[in-house]
Amino acid sequence: MLLYLARRLLWTILVVLVVMFVTFLVFFKLPNGDPALRFAGKSPTTASLAEIHKRLHLDKPFYVEYGYFVKNFAVGDDQGWPGLGYSYGNYVSVRSEILERAPRTLFLVAGAATLWLIFGVAIGVLSAVKRRTWIDRVAMGFALFGISAPVFWLGLMSLFVVWKKLGLTGGSGYVPLSDGIGAWFSHMILPWTVLALLYIAIYARLTRNNLLETLGEDYIRTARAKGLSERTVIFKHGLRASLSPIATIFGLDIALLVGGAIITESVFNIQGLGWLAFNGAITQDLPSVLGVVICTATAVAVMNLVVDVVYAFLDPRVRYA
Amino acid sequence: MAGVGGSSLLEVRDLSVRFRTRDGVVQAVSNLSFTLERGETLGVVGESGSGKSVTSLAIMGLLNRNFADITGEILFEGRDLLKLSPAELRKVRGKDVSMIFQDPFACLHPMYRVGSQIAEAVRAHSDVSKSVAQARAVELLDAVGIPNAAVRARDYPHQFSGGMRQRAMIAMALVHNPAVLIADEPTTALDVTVQAQIVELIDKVKRDFNVGVMLITHDLGVVAETASHVLVMYGGRAMEYGPSYEIFHAAQHPYAWGLLESMPRVDRKLDVLIPIEGSPPSLLNPPPGCPFNPRCKYRFDACDKQSPKLVQLPGGHLDSCFLSTERKQAEWRDKVSEEISQ
Repeated sequence: MLLYLARRLLWTILVVLVVMFVTFLVFFKLPNGDPALRFAGKSPTTASLAEIHKRLHLDKPFYVEYGYFVKNFAVGDDQGWPGLGYSYGNYVSVRSEILERAPRTLFLVAGAATLWLIFGVAIGVLSAVKRRTWIDRVAMGFALFGISAPVFWLGLMSLFVVWKKLGLTGGSGYVPLSDGIGAWFSHMILPWTVLALLYIAIYARLTRNNLLETLGEDYIRTARAKGLSERTVIFKHGLRASLSPIATIFGLDIALLVGGAIITESVFNIQGLGWLAFNGAITQDLPSVLGVVICTATAVAVMNLVVDVVYAFLDPRVRYA
Repeated sequence: MAGVGGSSLLEVRDLSVRFRTRDGVVQAVSNLSFTLERGETLGVVGESGSGKSVTSLAIMGLLNRNFADITGEILFEGRDLLKLSPAELRKVRGKDVSMIFQDPFACLHPMYRVGSQIAEAVRAHSDVSKSVAQARAVELLDAVGIPNAAVRARDYPHQFSGGMRQRAMIAMALVHNPAVLIADEPTTALDVTVQAQIVELIDKVKRDFNVGVMLITHDLGVVAETASHVLVMYGGRAMEYGPSYEIFHAAQHPYAWGLLESMPRVDRKLDVLIPIEGSPPSLLNPPPGCPFNPRCKYRFDACDKQSPKLVQLPGGHLDSCFLSTERKQAEWRDKVSEEISQ
């Protein structure tokens, strides 16, 4: 197991390096403006541009710059480890920017993931157990709604109704935990719910279908033949076998959202990692984009590892060497 | 065949099972009656789709009553299992009546250890600690011939061979010393050498635990070896029912003859096997009259008009066919003499 983890860790590092390289490649091979122009102020001179080029290593080929970036990333820069450089846009340290933005996104994703896992699986189980009844139909109708409703529309509607009209929650924007857990929670509950809704719908359908399939297995008949209660049959025997695919998708969904909850972040003005990546992309701010890309790639790799380990716990037939 | 004084161990009376499906009503079992006593094996034979498995699932109460109409009576020690509430039935299931299934590869939960699955069966009906249940599981695994049972109990099903899994299933069925053991084609999915061991084990279990065994099988050889009575089913109906000696030596029904003829034998050199031509009837749209009539070599006018009743013959033998006794005896004599001449 230890050997396996070590090997996987090495792979993770390699993956992040490759992703960084590809990001560099795309950035430098795409026709776009000279980033130095933005640093140089209103009336750039050739001398000042050359100065900035030298400072940002933009005068070197991109693979050399990639080398510098990797070196800084590995050993750290004047902002500490990992060195991520400075934003081209406002010369702010990307590291501090990410450290400020990441908790927002992580709280958003963690809260939403908790909601969607609990409600998605619960609704799916209910729907499967009560299949072909009105409960099943209502649940699956809701799922269809959740999958079809666009997040931006849901977000704006919920803000309008719950915050503006009813005044039940805080509005848009992010309130840090240090300002009080109540205010933080009140501002997070709507984004959580809206982001979770889509996933609740997907997970409910996934759970329902998996569980229905499992409940048709011969070992479920064996469990019933033993005289076990229906509750034990469904939860201990049925759900256990249905959880493996859900664990897989859950890990990947979380990882992808770390860099990709852009719409939810925008609607609720949370300004997390997705917002940072989006702004970086439209202003050609390579360091910011790279910072978020590294976060996302690491999250995907780590969650993949977590999924594999969880899988081994869920299913004894899967063992790693 | 009824028990001496009091009720039989298991008595099925006029059992009919209908499934309502989107395409119509499937008449899976029609007016089936039989009895089973302790220490006795009832062999239930017939092709696929003849209603054997549905009958056993009905006895176990494993058919979903929302989709299956079940009529008739299933009397276990005089108690009608069909009238029990789901909770009462659950107390019988796995305790007094237990079952082993066809495919041991699919019947054990792949994610739980074999021992704990058996221990779970122990705890389903008795309030004992996990360690006591586990000890009982090991004891039973040992009893069904799993070597090194205490260690193997900690294995997962995928670490067991097919024969071992079927042994484990048998162990699981035996945890509460059931009175009735239903074995639904317990050897079909196994290697031939292992089949013999499992058949022997079930027979040993019958003697040691004094259970009544309902053995559902395609394999007439197995039935000949172990069954005291044989029920021949076709199209959801009893075609012939009686002591196995009678069935094997004086079969009355053309379908039973067909089954007996189609059985490959070592002592008879044949260029080809003799199949029963055609295939079993659709239960969604059964043929009129006797269900076997479209495939029967001996069919005549009466056969597709109405379905024949089970008629009591000498020797405790029941048969459902319009052919006259004389005709049948003549046919059977011909078959036997043919065999002798070969």
